[in-house]
Amino acid sequence: MAIKIFVPIDDAACSVGANEVALEIKTEAEKNNIDIELVRNGSRGMLWLEPMVEIEIENIRYAFGPVSKNDVKDLFAQEFYKNNTHPLALGETEKLPWMKNQQRITFQRVGVIDPLSISDYESHGGLTGLRNALKLTGEQIVSEVTESGLRGRGGAGFPAGIKWRTVLKTENSQKYVCCNADEGDSGTFADRMLMEGDPFTLIEGMTIAGIAVGANKGFIYIRSEYPAAIKTMTNAIKIAKEFGLLGASVLGSDKSFDLEIRAGAGSYVCGEETAMLESLEGKRGVVRAKPPLPAIEGLFNKPTIINNVLTLASVPMILSEGAQMYKNLGTEKSKGTQVFQIAGNIKQGGIFETPFGVTLNELVNNYGAGTLSGKKIKAVQVGGPLGSYIPVNKFDTAMDYESLASIGGMLGHGGVVVFDETVDMAQQAKFAMEFCVEESCGKCTPCRIGSTRGVEVIEKIINGQNKAENVHLLLDLLDVMTDGSLCAMGGLTPLPVRSALENFPEDFALVSSPNGAQ
Amino acid sequence: MGNSTTKFQPFSKEAALNLIAPFARVEGPVLLALQATQKEFGYVDRDAVEVIAEVCNVSIAEVHGVLTYYSDFRTIPAAKIEVKVCVAEACQSVGSRKLVADASAALNTKMHSQSMDESVQLNQVFCLGNCALGPAAMVDEKLVGRATGEKIAEIVSQIKKEYA
Repeated sequence: MAIKIFVPIDDAACSVGANEVALEIKTEAEKNNIDIELVRNGSRGMLWLEPMVEIEIENIRYAFGPVSKNDVKDLFAQEFYKNNTHPLALGETEKLPWMKNQQRITFQRVGVIDPLSISDYESHGGLTGLRNALKLTGEQIVSEVTESGLRGRGGAGFPAGIKWRTVLKTENSQKYVCCNADEGDSGTFADRMLMEGDPFTLIEGMTIAGIAVGANKGFIYIRSEYPAAIKTMTNAIKIAKEFGLLGASVLGSDKSFDLEIRAGAGSYVCGEETAMLESLEGKRGVVRAKPPLPAIEGLFNKPTIINNVLTLASVPMILSEGAQMYKNLGTEKSKGTQVFQIAGNIKQGGIFETPFGVTLNELVNNYGAGTLSGKKIKAVQVGGPLGSYIPVNKFDTAMDYESLASIGGMLGHGGVVVFDETVDMAQQAKFAMEFCVEESCGKCTPCRIGSTRGVEVIEKIINGQNKAENVHLLLDLLDVMTDGSLCAMGGLTPLPVRSALENFPEDFALVSSPNGAQ
Repeated sequence: MGNSTTKFQPFSKEAALNLIAPFARVEGPVLLALQATQKEFGYVDRDAVEVIAEVCNVSIAEVHGVLTYYSDFRTIPAAKIEVKVCVAEACQSVGSRKLVADASAALNTKMHSQSMDESVQLNQVFCLGNCALGPAAMVDEKLVGRATGEKIAEIVSQIKKEYA
């Protein structure tokens, strides 16, 4: 019988040589006359171990890593497919501390299955949710999603069920489901890994959304920086159409649903839902004023569900296992699991899915094992470029929407970026403003002009010019941007700046945090 | 798409019209038409803007507006190979500022410009989604983890060989 060997095809794994390892494994197997079945799976999310090779013996998977192409010859010489004694052997994959302590719901199949095998998908629980949904009314599906407590995973955390109900109740012959896969936050890659590792989950989730609210067409807006994800999703949609999952008759029912991919073109603000709609319509990605809500007047002015990849990918599981199961996970107000992405200067970075409420300390120090550089941690930025810099003394904060808000932070898309003690927080504050200059859509003044003024005034503080006065001016500017911007771009850029200033006044050569310095 | 020695097709208004004509039937076509144009010719020629406006039944100003809004688009003929270095926070934390300098030196190219022989274009990008294996870079569509100037230059020279 052929020996099953898994080598990830995830782009992060390929970025450190997974393709070369796969090729070498094929060559060595042929040379040694060993019958293998090579599966290119998604990544298990232990990115520091990539390329991580797995073998399957009696339905149990064993991991080896990180494997370089130069290790392959020796792996075969020591018959790694038979025993677990090679120096690169890590043991049973599921029993590794990183895996064992997670509760994978959204990511349950990522890294496990062949991403483009629909039979693999089905045999691992895929399509059950959709089959259940097809027996329900739209109202019942929406109620199930509402009941689960699922909140938007893009950043804002808005309850998905409420959004869906608005679209359901809005009468129109044409409605849309749009998936926001414009994952632009630095430190986040869960959307990308899900699309590359388990694309049918997203397709199934969007199809359920379409059936629930009466939309027959969906768009996935993927950023152009993710060519591999675009390729995998495109292939998956093609396969789903051939299979009858998508098309005029979804799984043989009287419901129709079709999907199309549109790529972004290098604009961060297009991750904001209304800017994304403009971009999907082929226009400049300029933010729209709300109301009208996209749920009422969205894409091409039609009622539109807009959800993030992880939100939609959580839906099949809710419909297959029931709302109650999902609801039992997490904290009182933050239900279910969150896919954390541990990144930056970190020894063990990757995907960690766990119920809400885990602390930053557990994520960064226990699972992440501290910095890559071996130096002390100085700050962690949670929630992408618009998130706060959190100092080490606040590491016991629980990671849920409410607790983070209480310390002036936000969870965003679940990105956790670690910085060691060499970071200069005044430079990071300045970068936050520079980023806003680059990426502002230009519609509203506080964001468009405020960001440029912000860069200037931070420079002056760094250079020691009229320090007290300029700090005062900066704080005033941050208030104006927070209160006066149309969307999160201008509205949240003050978060990293303010948190840097308040938590690390010494980096601005201030004797105490800003209120004392005035 | 072109063959291995040319990658991009030479621009002509006629070729652009053939390429863009089908977009007349698409909803919200302008961005798609611009993306298709850049993929085919490597950049968006001034004449292509006119063709897109005509086919999509919008003003030249509108097409120009979309073209200049998105950082992916180029309006001058492109170098064969594009190198993008991530300069966002996660990569900053593991030395992207140094990587920018190293890549510039290794490729003999300044940021946002082309090498002397016009074969390589160096750009910065905010996030490639490889934030646990930074600093990250991308050479054409090949993602590079734990990138160094040397590693990038090596991949560039490999690709150059394929084109030669």
